[in-house]
Amino acid sequence: ISCVSWLYQKIEDSFFLVIGTKTCGYFLQNAMGVMIFSEPRYAMAELEEGDISAKLNDYEELKRLCLQIKKDRNPSVIFWIGTCTTEIIKMDLEGIAPKLEAEIKITIVVARANGLDYAFTQGEDTVLAAMAQRCPEYKEKAISLSGDPKEETKHPPLILFGSLPDPVANQLIFELKKQGIKVSGWLPSKRYTELPAISEGNYVCGVNPFLSRTATTLMRRRRTKLIGAPFPIGPDGTRAWIEKICSVFGIQPVGLEEREKQIWESLEGYLKLIANKSVFFMGDNLLEISLARFLIRCGMVVHEIGIPYMDKRYQGGELLLLEKTCQEMGVSIPSIVEKPDNYKQLERIRTLQPDLVITGMAHANPLEARGINTK
Amino acid sequence: AGPAHIGTLRIASSFKNVHAIMHAPLGDDYFNVMKSMLERERGFTPVTASIVDRHVLARGSQEKVVNNITRKDIEEQPDLIVLTPTCTSSILQEDLQNFVNRASLESKADVILADVNHYRVNELQAADRTLEQIITFYIDKAKKYGTISNNKTKNPSVNIIGSSCLGFHNQHDMSELKRLFADLGIEINLIIPEGSSVNQLKNLTQAWFNFVPYRETGLMTANYLKKEFNMPYIDISPIGIIEITAFIRKLEKILLDQGHECSFEDYITLQTKFVSQSSWFSRSIDCQNLTGKKAVVFGDATHAAAITKILSKEMGIHVAWAGTYCKYDEQWFKEEVKDLCDNVVITEDNALIADLIAKTEPAAIFGTQMERHIGKRLNIPCGVISSPVHIQNFPLSYKPFMGYEGTNQIADLVYNSFTLGMEDHLI
Repeated sequence: ISCVSWLYQKIEDSFFLVIGTKTCGYFLQNAMGVMIFSEPRYAMAELEEGDISAKLNDYEELKRLCLQIKKDRNPSVIFWIGTCTTEIIKMDLEGIAPKLEAEIKITIVVARANGLDYAFTQGEDTVLAAMAQRCPEYKEKAISLSGDPKEETKHPPLILFGSLPDPVANQLIFELKKQGIKVSGWLPSKRYTELPAISEGNYVCGVNPFLSRTATTLMRRRRTKLIGAPFPIGPDGTRAWIEKICSVFGIQPVGLEEREKQIWESLEGYLKLIANKSVFFMGDNLLEISLARFLIRCGMVVHEIGIPYMDKRYQGGELLLLEKTCQEMGVSIPSIVEKPDNYKQLERIRTLQPDLVITGMAHANPLEARGINTK
Repeated sequence: AGPAHIGTLRIASSFKNVHAIMHAPLGDDYFNVMKSMLERERGFTPVTASIVDRHVLARGSQEKVVNNITRKDIEEQPDLIVLTPTCTSSILQEDLQNFVNRASLESKADVILADVNHYRVNELQAADRTLEQIITFYIDKAKKYGTISNNKTKNPSVNIIGSSCLGFHNQHDMSELKRLFADLGIEINLIIPEGSSVNQLKNLTQAWFNFVPYRETGLMTANYLKKEFNMPYIDISPIGIIEITAFIRKLEKILLDQGHECSFEDYITLQTKFVSQSSWFSRSIDCQNLTGKKAVVFGDATHAAAITKILSKEMGIHVAWAGTYCKYDEQWFKEEVKDLCDNVVITEDNALIADLIAKTEPAAIFGTQMERHIGKRLNIPCGVISSPVHIQNFPLSYKPFMGYEGTNQIADLVYNSFTLGMEDHLI
């Protein structure tokens, strides 16, 4: 459910209603620190004993809350975030939503982001997957109307997915534009009302490694074609990402090698610092493969890549690049540990004594106290 | 206050060599992050989760919980393992007690199931209950094996009950209390749970009396010990000059009752006049500026009541309303602050408090971090006097709230909040 913290900021006209218990509320409150005091557009529907034992009516309770949200904030969309508790008591959120949506005239999108099935960033995945189904169909007219004919693209529409801060998103759009590729839409958009149109045969490409469910939804439900590229993390990843998109559209990329070289040169100072140092990923957010690949290219030695969940198909391009990078840098491929056991990892860290451990806050201070650098 | 399991974990992880296993879905082990970050803890937090996932939903935890308990037993060799239910396990209604019974057959450690229901109690009540539960368990065990100590210590001694991790300025308060008891010639028998081992609990009965500094955690234990062993206890929080005096007099009476000749009046006078600056401060011209200034107070029962008393009785400040989120302790709180403020507010609703503050327009707020942020928005200064708190309230420097040094700290806190407000006004 922590995805709420960045998604509500990204989608400006949204409101997130997390349906769960005090535990979820406490977690959000702590995880978001000071953000919760800035009148955020999220709230908890805290379940009470009466809800659990079905003494209260789910529908009426949710209706009351949503009407209040509509009155106070008037968002374009309310996201219902299901939690472990709604999952266990089998609250039929997907069933209630359409009825309530019709009754109170406000869009409701249901996403399950519970700790039974998902870890951390996967929450964004379930939200985006739910949104993907709500994207409007492409209207043929829209294409010819958009912009002047000079900008007319020679390739089928391309839609990117994954939430990124605006400056980063704009930069990626700019990089693609240099290759003559136009980004027709981005999921999520800045406003819910501006969701990109998607129709059969469009191309889609992910920017984050944890979006396999969104990718699947876009392929199966919206009949789009997925470009399976490595992710634009690090100059090597970004180049590979652009190259892959170009190759799909039959475009010869220009000046990419130069561009990558430039960036590596600007990193010289940092690279000297980390060359030949070793790193250990304990794993918690699914960015681990891409980051490890980048750090190996930087000259680091990776002991272990812990990762909560590994979708070999969606991360296929990234895995190949990791393999290639290891070969080129003359190091062996690090072991990838799915759903790692933290206790055993700590034992391995004790033996290996890596120069840097990438880990969560629960382990950071204790590791530092034992003389191990953490990030 | 947070969910129940947080209270249980605070107690369990305050003891030495006690491990807690949560029956919870992925992500609920968030407690470890809080402890490691807020307290800047150097050790690994002795809390692990027995993860509830899809398979558990479908077929039940089965061997999983038992295996996790026995595994931890071998890995960490704790004295005690506390199986901790969460909101999720509350609705799954698995027979956790059965797991505990089975696991305790195989493991060297003692194993207990924390008796807390997510939907009935909050963090503070759960902490209180868990502490009582652990104490009862070990006292019963000691009785059974006849290892319980029946003799009192030679010199007067005390158990301090309810010092736990993630408590508001808890560590500093403990140092201050140790100093206070040393001054009074009272030995400290045990401080529980923070830093003590469950194997020491059989010695609890050696103390002459018990002391519960924070009424949120420890009262149940103190009552149990009173009932079972006729041990008297003090539940006056020594925050502020007047309360410290009441605390020491009560203590004197307890010692006299047990045949120990003592008189602390000279000590009280000396401390009040010379060590604590706060009573002189209250009389000084500066403080007279504060007379009649309007303030509001909100926090846990212990701190909100104590601060209300200080503002009203010691500094002549007008407390428009005082409130607490400890709903279950409503009666006590009302009784304590009766006549010291215009109104009493008992609520867990943060928005209501925000509205009330806006309506009251006090010159200063004394509350939790929540109220500090409300104050920021409304441009009213706020002194933080109670949990919930940020990392700022785990200061590195010595900042107790209790005892004579505590009175100095509080005087500074109160005074600085108001002056800032005045300056702001003039500019």
